[in-house]
Amino acid sequence: MVVIGAGMIGAACADALATRGMRVAVVDRGPVVGGTTGAGEGNLLVSDKAPGPELELAVESLRLWGELAGELGARALEYEPKGGLVVARDQRAFAELRASAELQRAAGVTAVDVPADGLREWEPHLAPGLAGGVHYPQDAQVQPALAAAALLRRARATGRVDLLTATAVTGLAKGRVETDAHGTLHCGAVVNAAGTWGGEVAALAGATLPVLPRRGFVLVTEPLPPLVRHKVYAADYVADVASGSADLQSSAVVEGTAAGPVLIGASRERVGFDRSLSAPVLARLAAQAAELFPVLRDVRVLRAYRGFRPYLPDHLPAIGPDPDRPWLLHACGHEGAGIGLAPATARLIAQLLDGEKPFMDPAAFGPGRFEKEES
Amino acid sequence: MTNSAEPAGGYDLAVVGAGPAGLAAAATAAEHGLRVVLLDSAPRPGGQFYRQPAAELRAARPQALHHHWPAFQRLLGRVDAAAERVTSLGDHHVWSVTGESGAFTVRALTGPDQRQARSVTARQVLFATGAHERQLPFPGWTLPGVVGAGGAQAMLKAGLVLPGRRVVVAGSGPLLLAVASSLAAAGARVPLVAEAADYLGYAAGARVLAANPGKLVEGAQHGAVLLRHGVRLRPRTAVVAAHGSDRVEAVTLARLDAAWRPVPGTEWRVACDAVAVGHGLVPQLELPLELGCRTRRLPDGSAALVVDAAQRTTVPGVWAAGESTGIGGVQLAVAEGELAGRAVAGQTAAPRPLLRRRARLRAFADLMAARHAPGSGWTGWLDDATEVCRCEEVTVREVRSAVAELGAADQRTVKLLTRAGMGWCQARMCGPAVARLCGAPSADGPDVPGPDVAVAGQDDGAPTRPLSTPVPLGLLAECDTTAPSSEGAPR
Ligand SMILES: Cc1cc2nc3c(=O)[nH]c(=O)nc-3n(C[C@H](O)[C@H](O)[C@H](O)COP(=O)(O)OP(=O)(O)OC[C@H]3O[C@@H](n4cnc5c(N)ncnc54)[C@H](O)[C@@H]3O)c2cc1C
Ligand SMILES: Cc1cc2nc3c(=O)[nH]c(=O)nc-3n(C[C@H](O)[C@H](O)[C@H](O)COP(=O)(O)OP(=O)(O)OC[C@H]3O[C@@H](n4cnc5c(N)ncnc54)[C@H](O)[C@@H]3O)c2cc1C
Repeated sequence: MVVIGAGMIGAACADALATRGMRVAVVDRGPVVGGTTGAGEGNLLVSDKAPGPELELAVESLRLWGELAGELGARALEYEPKGGLVVARDQRAFAELRASAELQRAAGVTAVDVPADGLREWEPHLAPGLAGGVHYPQDAQVQPALAAAALLRRARATGRVDLLTATAVTGLAKGRVETDAHGTLHCGAVVNAAGTWGGEVAALAGATLPVLPRRGFVLVTEPLPPLVRHKVYAADYVADVASGSADLQSSAVVEGTAAGPVLIGASRERVGFDRSLSAPVLARLAAQAAELFPVLRDVRVLRAYRGFRPYLPDHLPAIGPDPDRPWLLHACGHEGAGIGLAPATARLIAQLLDGEKPFMDPAAFGPGRFEKEES
Repeated sequence: MTNSAEPAGGYDLAVVGAGPAGLAAAATAAEHGLRVVLLDSAPRPGGQFYRQPAAELRAARPQALHHHWPAFQRLLGRVDAAAERVTSLGDHHVWSVTGESGAFTVRALTGPDQRQARSVTARQVLFATGAHERQLPFPGWTLPGVVGAGGAQAMLKAGLVLPGRRVVVAGSGPLLLAVASSLAAAGARVPLVAEAADYLGYAAGARVLAANPGKLVEGAQHGAVLLRHGVRLRPRTAVVAAHGSDRVEAVTLARLDAAWRPVPGTEWRVACDAVAVGHGLVPQLELPLELGCRTRRLPDGSAALVVDAAQRTTVPGVWAAGESTGIGGVQLAVAEGELAGRAVAGQTAAPRPLLRRRARLRAFADLMAARHAPGSGWTGWLDDATEVCRCEEVTVREVRSAVAELGAADQRTVKLLTRAGMGWCQARMCGPAVARLCGAPSADGPDVPGPDVAVAGQDDGAPTRPLSTPVPLGLLAECDTTAPSSEGAPR
């Protein structure tokens, strides 16, 4: 097998395939975790997903993350099952939030309503005046780069995985992967885990997959004593994820990290691969964080970073064989949830390659769904 | 210091950095009629070289610590003479420059603790942000008493304090001589200057040296001071360890081979209560990089801004002068500042002598950079437990394992896998060392982001820093001029 991409998804796929005894080459044109995986956050969320295939994938994936933390050690991944707290600014938002939590519960999510006067018990520094919230104990986090590295390390320890960094894939055909640094790799199947560049890789095989970049900024504060215990965000975040608009949307997710800094992310814009600093976007994130946690006002922001999430028009990933090329499996386009969804994505890919019955119906993630829309 | 209000429509030019390059550029542009705002994080103008003692110290003769003092006085005089067109903002640390030609916004922090915001707008912007010192770690370098050579010099100039009584000066580059001679002149005992490079290498550039008599005189002056104070210069030598419990008490020195590898059996110990160490200067580029200015690789592996003959960067409306375009000393910085100031003001024809002077000084600078480029063998004096990143306490062992097991081959990947460079200083200190430990081609600098690299997601490539200094969250929030209110989600 050849896995293209040494990000979170490629690492999880390599690990899942190697564990099943397959021989794998992981190929990346850059270093490991040099793509979006090294430029995002590691929220593992069920709270932001509406019932449907993505939530089903997320519930399984978070369960698998818990298992991985047991096998690899929570410290190696900086895994923290800290839970999420979604808050509502006013009664209307609170009512909507409770209604959506109700639906999520029916889909297997644990969600506990928190009345206004109970919020401070969960988060002592939250701003006064919020209408209420919902606590999601399944939400967790990892440090994405470390998590991907840990999976790659374990995969390589099987002796069945080669890691070819600084090697770009330049051509794809059945049984053959052309590279610039290691010539032609012969293989039975190819996994396209090229994230935001998944569309380009698909094109090398003559396939189409409309993956586009969606920019996001994250703010990182100076290291602080524990101030924020959960992942905290305002309820309008959920609406942002599903929005089809190209304009800036942001609703800050505020979270403490094991190392001390508080992370505030992430904005969502469609501006192509424009790397330029957007002061208004950073300002907006800062304002929203300060609104949720007024104590953060005097805290210094050490740095900001940006990344480009891989998104597909319907905001679902592409997981499964290319409609016309059964040897090419796509595993990309996870947008702002690729870290969370990685283990379950890898499981689906491994099951499909092994001819095993997948744990869920992958039809909604079928890479052919965009072709149909067009014709 | 003037503090006039911003002209309607903004300034014609914002100059970031009031060192020799920035002062020369601001004075020249103002003399040609432009309205200029000159910002510097230091309270008083002067930059690295002309760092002035704080006024309250009432230094009787600050010039005793400087060569070129009259030249500095002349520069200040020119800025003063143009005072109605130059707004000097000291104690203004610029944390972001955004916008495009015709409308740049320059945001700075000021006031006690840097907790007040101030922003100005300008049609064009010029970066004269200088350089910072390159540090290469060695066992014991985190002990109190081990200080940066440039830092020691700055402390001396700004506060008239010495880092210790018996100071070993070590590292590489022409600054070491300047530092040692200032320390000795100010009363410190300097047992020796350990220079890792081999001065014999200069012979290869005899033509360039002959064309720069001023530079040689400068070197000779330092040499004379050192001689008078009995300071020995040891080429091909490095501090390979510092010892002490609460503070440095001694160092181990060793001879180096041509690749800077310590030669076994040549070690000896020297007692001291301070070590001033530096391995040359690295241009300070975060602000121009955020605007997308392209860089070039200098002979010593660091990145500097690409500028054309008029000191224009690759981004329209953005100019640069001084060390941000390459390390070259005070005279080159002033020459570049003059040329940039004229060009920004629309003076297309530059005086020939000034152009020749810049070319000559640049050739000298390149020679220096090549001679003092860190050799690859320096890693030979590290042990696995040596801390590379002091902020996050990351050791050589951790960096090496990321390289060996995961093929990390650049600073950013090492950072993601080990946290080296994620702390307070944002890799300004450990960056060059980490880059060299993982064999990155771009030793000190940003990976020059060609279109492809940018696409491959060099999103947080270590040296690009969207915020060039920490900003209080509340102030950052206030920059949001577009948000109608914080109510509801912006759609
Ligand atoms: C600001 C921000 C915040 C985020 N926060 C979260 C979060 O909290 N939780 C979460 O789950 N997700 C989050 N995400 C999303 C998450 O980071 C991505 O979904 C995930 O990293 C995608 O992983 P990947 O392995 O698919 O892609 P990548 O990590 O981008 O890996 C793709 C790799 O493919 C390589 N490649 C591309 N083309 C070629 C080629 N031709 N040949 C060889 N190699 C090639 C690239 O070099 C790259 O290394 C966030 C993203 C951003 C930008
Ligand atoms: C110890 C030492 C000894 C030296 N000895 C000699 C010598 O003998 N002969 C010689 O020719 N040269 C010498 N030099 C080199 C000389 O100092 C430099 O060549 C010269 O200062 C470069 O001028 P510059 O204007 O480019 O930068 P600098 O003088 O470094 O000025 C840059 C200015 O920009 C400001 N700045 C940077 N970033 C920001 C920001 N974000 N916001 C606001 N302000 C900012 C800094 O505060 C600084 O004042 C020495 C340097 C050092 C450190």
